[in-house]
Amino acid sequence: MKLNERSVVHYATCDSPADHAGFLRKRVERHHHHAHHHHATSYQRRWFVLKGNLLFYFEERDSREPMGLVVLEGCTVELCEAAEEFAFAIRFDDAGARAYVLVADGHAAMEAWVKALSRASFDYMRLVVRELEKQLEEACKSLAACRKSPRRSSSSGRKRHLSNPALLPLQEKPAALENGYSTWGSGDGVPGGAACPDREEGHTKPPPLPPRRRSAASSTAGSPSPGLSPAMPESPVSPETACFSKLHNWYGQEIAALRREWQERQKRGHP
Amino acid sequence: MRFNERELLCLARQPAEKAAEVLMRAPKKGSVLKKRLVKLVVNFLFYFRTDEAEPIGALLLEHCRITKEEENVFSISFLEEPERKYCFECDSEEQCQEWIEALKRASYEFMRRSLIFYRNEIQKMTGKDPLEQYGISEEARFQLGTRKQ
Repeated sequence: MKLNERSVVHYATCDSPADHAGFLRKRVERHHHHAHHHHATSYQRRWFVLKGNLLFYFEERDSREPMGLVVLEGCTVELCEAAEEFAFAIRFDDAGARAYVLVADGHAAMEAWVKALSRASFDYMRLVVRELEKQLEEACKSLAACRKSPRRSSSSGRKRHLSNPALLPLQEKPAALENGYSTWGSGDGVPGGAACPDREEGHTKPPPLPPRRRSAASSTAGSPSPGLSPAMPESPVSPETACFSKLHNWYGQEIAALRREWQERQKRGHP
Repeated sequence: MRFNERELLCLARQPAEKAAEVLMRAPKKGSVLKKRLVKLVVNFLFYFRTDEAEPIGALLLEHCRITKEEENVFSISFLEEPERKYCFECDSEEQCQEWIEALKRASYEFMRRSLIFYRNEIQKMTGKDPLEQYGISEEARFQLGTRKQ
């Protein structure tokens, strides 16, 4: 299968910041699914660079071109039972797919890599962005609603606004976050359906578990939010949020003042 | 450069963000428009011969520019080689615009910028960091202002 390799290499090596980078030892695969003990398992030290959902590896840190690319969509990242300490594996769903076994320099490095790789998928990113989009809409609506209701001079009224639970669903961190090492990639191994609300409902429920791949119908087609307009890179604003931005700027000053007041009160209350 | 083709092929079989039969022309000199099935999945555009299950190829949609060309036609080119264009002719102007919009939003980099933008807006409005509940507020890739392109 062809790939626009020149552009991919350019993306890998250009100075756009990487999401994570470092040396890892990569197990050499010799067409075995498992490392049998009677075959020597060997590892090669490579320089790895994570950009988005793409994991590149270079022969040396200053190599001009990557040796290889692992597209991370649909993978799971797991700690490894390998003989090596600090080993973890990137695995894919389909039968017979090989695993990439990687070994970090130490515990902290291993944790950092597993965390970064688990959350690297496009699907995950898209989920978070849509959640935030909703939250911003709700924050704006709350703001507008507060404006309309009669103003109270008591401080408790103002506090209530700022800690309005409808603004941010802080309760119930999804359980999967604590179990960060296992099935964050595609979520295919996770019974995500259980805790996962239908995003179309637009309620302020806790953020759903990282997704399996969703059908097109539930991604953009049925999405309640309007398509993002052709945006300048700096501010991807939808037709609606353009209006909210105005609202925000308008009320922003009052909020900033209120917040300062509230924070000062907090400080005084908690010496 | 090696890549995990098997997984990419698997990705090509996933439900698409968008799919259509269009006419496609590669940037090579003397290329002609050919009927292709194009399928947008995450930040890849796969293209197939219309009667085949496996894609001929894939375009990674990072650092690319989507340009409206003549009627019903748009092109994809990449930052380091802006003159090398993949051209796509749609059935209608409407379809053409839909694809342009979808492809502009299809990159991981675009989503990252959106996330940073929303995070910042929410933080300004509410004083709270919406990423905290995800446990990812410290990650370098979500910080404001430090990223160039």
